[in-house]
Order: sequence, then C-alpha cells, then structure tokens
Amino acid sequence: MAETRVLLEGIDEPGLNTIDVYERTGGYTAMRKALTEMDVDTILAELKDSGLRGRGGAGFSMGTKASFMPKGTMNKYLCCNADESEPGTFKDRLLMQKNPHRLIEGIIIAAVAAGANRAFIYIRGEYAFVADILDAAVNEAYRKSYLGDDILGTGNSVELVVHRGAGAYICGEETGLLDSLEGKRGNPRLKPPFPANQGLYQGPTLINNVETLFNVPLVIGRGAAWFKQHGTDQSAGTKLVSVSGNVQRPGNYEIELGIPAREIVFGLAGGPFPGRKVKFWFPGGSSAPVLLEEDLDRPYSFESMAEAGSMLGSGAIIVVDDSVPVVSVALRLAEFYRHESCGKCVPCREGTNWTVKMLERIDAGEATPMDLDIMANVQTNIIGNCLCVLGDSMAMPVGSMIKKFRGEFEEHIERAREAADRLSIEMGVAAPPADQAA
Amino acid sequence: MSDQVAGWDSGADLAKDPATIPDLSSVDVPPELEREIRERMAKYPDRRSAALPALEAAQRVHGWCSPEAIQQVAAVMQVTPAYLSSITTFYDMLNTEPLGRHQVYVCTSVACNLRNAQSLLEALQEAGEDFDDANIRGFECLGACDMAPMASIDNRYVGPIDPSEAPEVIAAIKEGRTPLPGRGLGDEGFKLPWEDGSNG
Repeated sequence: MAETRVLLEGIDEPGLNTIDVYERTGGYTAMRKALTEMDVDTILAELKDSGLRGRGGAGFSMGTKASFMPKGTMNKYLCCNADESEPGTFKDRLLMQKNPHRLIEGIIIAAVAAGANRAFIYIRGEYAFVADILDAAVNEAYRKSYLGDDILGTGNSVELVVHRGAGAYICGEETGLLDSLEGKRGNPRLKPPFPANQGLYQGPTLINNVETLFNVPLVIGRGAAWFKQHGTDQSAGTKLVSVSGNVQRPGNYEIELGIPAREIVFGLAGGPFPGRKVKFWFPGGSSAPVLLEEDLDRPYSFESMAEAGSMLGSGAIIVVDDSVPVVSVALRLAEFYRHESCGKCVPCREGTNWTVKMLERIDAGEATPMDLDIMANVQTNIIGNCLCVLGDSMAMPVGSMIKKFRGEFEEHIERAREAADRLSIEMGVAAPPADQAA
Repeated sequence: MSDQVAGWDSGADLAKDPATIPDLSSVDVPPELEREIRERMAKYPDRRSAALPALEAAQRVHGWCSPEAIQQVAAVMQVTPAYLSSITTFYDMLNTEPLGRHQVYVCTSVACNLRNAQSLLEALQEAGEDFDDANIRGFECLGACDMAPMASIDNRYVGPIDPSEAPEVIAAIKEGRTPLPGRGLGDEGFKLPWEDGSNG
C-alpha cells in the first residue's frame, strides 16, 4: 500500500524551507495566479467547488467558511490555527517544519479571498523550534514583498505575524485562540457572535487549520477539478494521518480519503506488534469515540467515521492493543482533559474532575458496578452543556469505552476490589463492607 | 496574621493596597528585555497581545515569572501585575515558581503512554534527582507521538528515548552538551528507527 503524496510531494527536498528552493519547485505560482489572474469571487468559487473541508476537526467547507466574511473595508483578520495539541496529532508539525512557505502561500491567498489584511499564525509554544523556522520563512517572504503592502503591485496587503502560545490545549479551540492572541487567558467565548462576524479585536476573523491552508495553493494552482480527483465525493482531497500508539511504524502518512482504515493501520503503520491484536482505536484524535477492530474495514472518510458513531476529527489514529487495560486508557484520557479544562463552564470543570476520581476509585478497588452508570451519566451531562467542546471531547470517548467495554470495566472493578480486600486482610485491617466502600 | 485570607495557592495580604500599573522610571528593566517587549508590542494592533511573548522573554531572563519579572513586564507594557499573573497561572510553560532553568518535558499523554512514557519520566526524574536547575515533569501531549517515548529538552524534541538512557541525557544537560546528538527532531539526518525513507 503506497501513500498518495500531494501535501507531502517533494517534502524531503533539501532546503525546501528556504524560499529559493520552494520557488524553484514551483512555489508561489498559485499566489501569483490568484492575485494577478483571479478576482476574490473566483478564488472563493474555486475553493468551494473543490470540496476542501477543514482539516482541524470539524470538517466544514473551507470556501463556504471564507465566504461568510463580511464585505467592506474594516480591519479583517485571518488566523492560522497551528496550536495542534489534540493527543495523537502531529501532522501540522511536519508540514510547517519541512515546508513553511507553502503555508505562507496558502495564508496569503486565503487572506486576500477573505479580504483580511492582517494574518497570524498561532503556534503552540512547545513547537518553538518550528516557530523559529516559520519566523525565518516569514522574513524571507517579506524581503520578496510577498507579504506587506501592495503585494506584486496588485494593491493587496497582508501582514503576517507568528504568535507563540505557552502550553494550553484550549487555545486550539478557535475562540480560546482568539482570547489568547489578544493577550488574555485562553477562555472560549460564547457563540454567536461567530468569529466571521466578531472575532479577533472584535473584527471579522477567518480561522483555518494549517493543513487546510496548506491545501489552498494546490486547489488554486492546479484547479478544483484536479483536487476532486482525490478522495470521495464528500471528502475531497488527500489527508495527512498521524498514526500512533501500539503500532510498529508510528508516523505521518498521506492517504486518499476513503481508503479502508485497515490499510492505514496495517499497511502503512505496520499494525500491532507480533502476537498482539488491535483492541480498539481512536479514528480522529483522543476526542473521538473509540472504534473496534472490525471497524477497520470501514472507509476512512468524514462521512463513514460519522456513520460509525465517531469522527475523523484531526485525522489522528491512536491504536490500542489487547495488552492494555481499557481503564488505564480512560484514566489517562480523563486526566488530560481535567488538566486542560479552562474552568469556565461547570459541567466540564467538575465533570472531568469527577470522571478522574471515579476511574481512580475503580483502580483502587473502591468502586461498584453502579459507579459505571453514574460515570456514564456524568458524561451525558457534560455533552452539549458547555461553551466549547472540550468537555465533550472527554465525555464522548470515555462514554464510548464504558459502552463498548462494560464487561471489562466490571471485571476490573471486581479484581481491584478483591486485591484491595486481600491487602487490607494482610495488613490486619478488616475489609469494609462493599456498600460503604462505594 | 489577621490580615491574611486564604488564597488559591497562598495567603493574600488584605492590608496591602492593590498593585497598580508601575511607573517605568521606577522599575529597573534590563535594556535587552525592554527592547524585545517593545518590538513584540509593535507587531499587534493591541499591545496586550504581546503579553505571552513578553512573559516568555522575561522568563528567559529571570528563569521563572518571578514577582520582579512580572513587575518589569508590567512597567514596559503598562498593564497591572495582576493582569500578567492571571496569564502566567493559565499557561503550562510559564512557571510561577523557580523550578530550574532547564525545561525537560516528558510527554505522558494517551498515545505516548502506550509506549512506555511513564517509565521514561520516572527514569529521568530519578537520574535528575539532585539536579536542581532542571524542571523535569510530565507534560500533556507535545505533538510528537511518532517519537514516543520522547521528551522536549529545552525545546528540542528528542526521541524515542529508552529509559536506560536517562542518566546520559541528564549528564549531557548538566554538562551543557546536546543530549543524544542526531536523535532530535531537526537534527541532520534525523530518522525514526523504523523509517526506511524519511517521513519527518
């Protein structure tokens, strides 16, 4: 099984991160085409027609999103979301590290199409070494006058600043990102108003993921019809998939949307280690409800993952093999979301905390099977009740694990309780009755 | 003690007036830091957007976001120290205590944890037990699950690291050498052990 290399085409070209090599390999021609041969409406039409869907997780049509930006001459903003912090996801890191200019080219085209005169790349602080590469590339683009005032003499102006975060998952949520970029705590905002109407500094703002913007020069340069050749009717183009966890060859692989998930996990990533079996997998980052081994035969696309009750999300596949207890994965996951909850909404702040406590109780042998229902109930009470989906992002996978592995949870509870009883007898302490232990 | 009320992490002194925006002329700010903060502020329509880069720069100078560091940033940015404290306490990479100048973050998130990350963290913490100038901690997903188990050592992503290599990693940091040369992302010829071609 080979990859389809479109986003990763020529990614190993030495020096691709410099403007000279990038231009020698055809770079910035799409920008020239967009700015000199196309008007804003044709660029937007081409983006819409291509079927390019957002690669950050929601999968919304990129062209439609850009066309929501109001017309007029106020300050408008474009934010590239490079906060990539969904556990399991490391695709944007590769794109920015190796080919920063393609991102900048995509930003220039998207900014012009959306009428935005100022653009920001919000990159997570942990990617400091990638931010240095971006800074150097932005400086090169300024020197060539591809950024700044009156680009290529077309009257279009785009200022671009690389902004580094400082370690907060919530800043990948689009409105949390905006608050963080304004110099505040990264608390999500109530929507509406949506960022397209009132975003950064109260101005209309278009927010796109790195991989989405990376696709823009391809769509404009080679055309929507070419782009649609890849993928399925509803999921056009190729997708960079980050495969991690219990596989033999973790890494980034570029695939056509719609190929069977098994080909990615086994064909490209080598499958689990010998003697091990796939127990379950996250199809789209740690926020996605888990799927089972038999679901690997489904096509990997936005629509098929939704049909299976999960989501394609950021395109990060985390594989868990049969040596790993499901409770330990659920606990680690819940701890992550508890740590990263910004604390603004009660159901998320308290719900993530209680889920961790209940899972710890299971491990300590202090839980009863009834706790599973309470825990499932906590998950239901988080979903849809907060300003953003951080709480949901824990509730959905944890809820799916309880549903799909209920037997194992019950066994785990029983075994842990027996072990705890044995320990207290050995230590000369009488075991408390089960109803008090709960 | 009657003036103290319980705060989130430590007591608050109620007898003290709330801190106001400090006057720049009364605060001694290293010129290099002031220049860097001013440069950042000039890049944004609103100067407050420079809060994160400014605090990050101050942390580089002071080793942590100390009250003195916050006072200096507040004076240059003309914001209250409380505003900057609210930001410092929100972000994981800004330290509100002196934890050491070397930042060693071991990713212990879901995907890395499936590949022995917890053992690596424990091995590094054990090897660095007497190394006060390093902040060795578990960190939430660093976006390098392909390199697992891995650590971000002063912003250089290194992995996969076997827990048995922990003493060598700590020794290298102590002596100012590059830990595990060639094994950091972006190092010349960096490749994951199972890669035939290059993929990152």
